[in-house]
Order: sequence, then structure tokens, then C-alpha cells
Amino acid sequence: MSNFQKNPEVVISPASGAIVSPIASRLEKVQWWLLAVILAGLLALYFILTDEQMTRVFFAVAGYVPFDPTQPGTTGALTLLTRGIGITLRTALSAYLLAVTIGLLVGLARVSSNPIINNLASLYVEIIRGVPILVLLLYIAFVVVPIVADALGLSTRDFPNEVRVIVGLGIAYGAFESEIFRAGIQSIERGQMEAARALGMNYFQAMRHIILPQAIRRVLPALGNDFIAMLKDSSLVSVLGVSDITQLAKLYASSTFLFFQTYSLLGLIYLTLTITLSRGVRWLEMRLSQDRR
Amino acid sequence: MSDDIIIIIEHLVKQFKTLRAVDDVSLRVGRGKVLVIIGPSGSGKSTVLRCINHLETPTSGLIMVDGIHVDAKASHINAVRAEVGMVFQQFNLFPHLTVLDNVCIAQRVVRGRPAEECRRVALTQLERVGIPEKASAYPSQLSGGQQQRVAIARALAMNPKIMLFDEPTSALAPEMIKEVLDVMQDLARSGMTMVCVTHEMGFARNAADEIVFMDKGKIVEQGDPETFYTNPREERTRVFLSQILH
Repeated sequence: MSNFQKNPEVVISPASGAIVSPIASRLEKVQWWLLAVILAGLLALYFILTDEQMTRVFFAVAGYVPFDPTQPGTTGALTLLTRGIGITLRTALSAYLLAVTIGLLVGLARVSSNPIINNLASLYVEIIRGVPILVLLLYIAFVVVPIVADALGLSTRDFPNEVRVIVGLGIAYGAFESEIFRAGIQSIERGQMEAARALGMNYFQAMRHIILPQAIRRVLPALGNDFIAMLKDSSLVSVLGVSDITQLAKLYASSTFLFFQTYSLLGLIYLTLTITLSRGVRWLEMRLSQDRR
Repeated sequence: MSDDIIIIIEHLVKQFKTLRAVDDVSLRVGRGKVLVIIGPSGSGKSTVLRCINHLETPTSGLIMVDGIHVDAKASHINAVRAEVGMVFQQFNLFPHLTVLDNVCIAQRVVRGRPAEECRRVALTQLERVGIPEKASAYPSQLSGGQQQRVAIARALAMNPKIMLFDEPTSALAPEMIKEVLDVMQDLARSGMTMVCVTHEMGFARNAADEIVFMDKGKIVEQGDPETFYTNPREERTRVFLSQILH
């Protein structure tokens, strides 16, 4: 291997293991699918911006209301924050933060030696994982929230739909995240906990300072992937009438009959978001494997 | 006389599901003494060691460390662990922390020492084990021998009264064994109470006050190193010694 590296004329291809020229080796490393996607995306953007109808569809799906001097405040770029893309991103992000918090706590409970805590956590995970997310969302929005509102003496209207779907998605994904945390914690060698305990740390100190920092580092890519999944599943909130991009697309398509244009653009927006994010997760993974300690 | 006994083990039994790893073992270790435990693998010597700081819960028997009864009470366990340092076969350094932080973290979290004092103590101990220049390195950047010396410094930084060594050189490449044994010997000379599970005869002869030979969970023979190695009483001890000494 080192002999080949000294010779600039030949390189061992990482993909096929064959000896190839440096140029061929570099060509092999290019991710052609990504280039194709980026090119297609740029092409689509060109068509959207040059075609007046497509621009209108795009604005409608994204939730952008063009600036209108007669109705300032309800128009312009800020409308993106309260409709469409803003809702999609905000819902996904809030629900994800909730899910990670639940996941960490439940993950810790799952590795606990206390049988009550442990069994309660397992019950939660098994129930949530066994119910479709859509059903869970409907159940939380229309069954759990009214019960909770009743118990607190509040009106059901005090819980906006956006909050309900965030809680629903958060509880649903919390089960998945807890499994990720559990696996991460259990992947840390037993000697780490023993060394920490032998130094006099109690269980929680050892978890906080020794086990979790290592476990979280190991599961970061998996957590990142679940954020992408969450972004996609946030489209489910449209069934509750929350104006995310899916809901806006549905409304626009059914009032204009521009199904092809609307849903193509909707898919394109999701793709742009998810591919960008997945590149970010990939980058994170590479950084972590480089300074693996 | 009894004031000088720092570890008392009486009728210790440890039963794993079907295996009786430790079977009625009684031992006493004097303050400042070095006890070496040898024996074939599976003889229960590591289990005895791990019962002393309660990494294993004894099935029955009594353990007293410096006047503290080591039982299942969490306050007792933590009190004992604060007095007892432990060095593992696999080093068990914390890979996400630098060498300095490895030595600092328990001082800060358990002893509540301020950061500056932690640092000072850590550097002193790293100096003592001979690698102050590696303070900012990560464990993965060190050789096995260096890692084990950091592990010793990490335990010493807690100012323990007793040090437990669980086969500290067994995972090391041959050329790195000496640097670890040298540190251990210095420690023994400085008056530290030590209980070592090790097969290093050179160390045992130079540093040990007493040798205990265990087999199948029981103590077969114990005595001072010179007599033990040159004139063992028991046949099983003789067979074992002939196997490890070639």
C-alpha cells in the first residue's frame, strides 16, 4: 500500500480495490447522484422563477404571500414564519426537541435496574411503537387533549392544533429516540461504569460525566437521521388542519386543479430540505469518525 | 496490633448463578502492607479484589475497610470507594477526556475540589507516574503502558489509603510491563497499602509482604514471598508455580 502511495502514477481504488490512475480514482469518489439531484434542483428553480404560474404555485405551497402595500403586516417575507415552510420547520424542530428529551429520559429509565421504572418505560415504548403515528396524532388531538383540558378545567380551544401535533409527534418519536439512547448507553464498555464507580462517583454522576457523553457521541448520526424522518412525518399534521406545506398544497391543488404542478413542487420542497439535512448528518458522521477517541 | 489491620475479610463467599467464585475466604491486610494474590484464571482472585470496593456484591461474609463495614448501604460503599483506588486490567480510561481531565474529573465531581486544585493534584500525580508531558493528549494517543500509568495517577489523585490492582500488566505488550511495575514498586516503597492480583514474580518478590495463592475460590497457601516461591508447602502451589515460571 505505502509503495503505491509513493508512486503518483498509480492509486488503489477505494471502491473496487483495483489499481487505477489518480484521475480515475478521483472520478470514482464523485457522488454523481448528488450532482444529478443538484442540477435537477437548479433546473426546477429556473422553471419556477421564469414561469408565472409556477411561481404562484410555489408561493402558495411555501406559504409566501407576496407583499401587498394595501395590506401590510399580513403580506411579505414574514408570512413564511407563520405559514407553510415556517410551520413545517417549526413543528418538526419543536417536536424533535421534545422527542429527544423524552427519549433521553426514557432511555435512561430503560437501562435502570429499578424494575418499576424499567417496566413503565418499556410499556411506553412498546405501546407507542405499535401504533401508527397518524392514529397516535388523532388520538392525542381528539381524545387525550380534551381529557386533559377537562381535568385542568380548561377549554379544548386553549390547546391550538399546532401544540397538539407537536406533543403528538414528540411522544411518538420519543419512543424511537429512547431506543437510540438505550442502544448508545449499552454500547459503552462495562469497564467505563466500573472505573467511574470505583473512583467514588454515584450512578448519576457516572452517567452524566462518563457514560452519556460517549453514548451521545456514538448515536449522533442516528439522532440526525431521525430529525430527517421527523421532517417528513410532520406532513401528517395536515390532517389536523395545521397549515404546513402539505396542507397548503392540498388546499391550493383542490381549488385550482393544478395537481401536477402543486404536488411536484411540494415533493421538491421536501426533497430540498431532507437532502440538505442528510448531507449535514453525513458531514457530522465523517467528523466524528475522524477524531474518534 | 489490630489497629494496624486496614482490610478485614471474613468468610467471604461469592456465588454466581451456578459457580461459587469465592468460597469462604478470610484475609487480613495490614496498613502499609502489600498483598499479592496469584492463582489460575477462574480461581476467584479478581472477585475477592472487586468485593473489597463492592464492585461485586458478596453473597455472604464480612468486609471491613479502614473501620467501615462494606455492605449494600450506598453511603458505606461510597465512603469506602473514596478511600480505595482501583487499577484495571483494561485501564478503563475515559476516552472522551484528555489525560488531565481523566485525572481531574473524579476529584471535581466526587471530592468537590476547585478546578485549580484538581489541576495541581493531577499534574503532581502525572509527574509521579512519569508522563506529565501527556497531560493534554487523549488516551487513544498513548501506548498501553502510558495508559496504565495514567490510570494509576487517576486513582492516586483521590488520595486513597488503599490501592487495588487487578492484573495491571496482563493487557500490556511485554516491553511496557516494566514501566508500570516500576511505578507500582515506587508506590509500595512510599508506604501505600496495596492488594495486587498479578503474576509478576519480580514485583511480588521485591514489593510484596505476603503472597496468597488461590485456586477454585479458596486460599490454598499464603506466606512471605521468599518461602512461597522457593519452598511452597502445597503440591497445587508447586504445580502452578512450575507452570508460570517455566
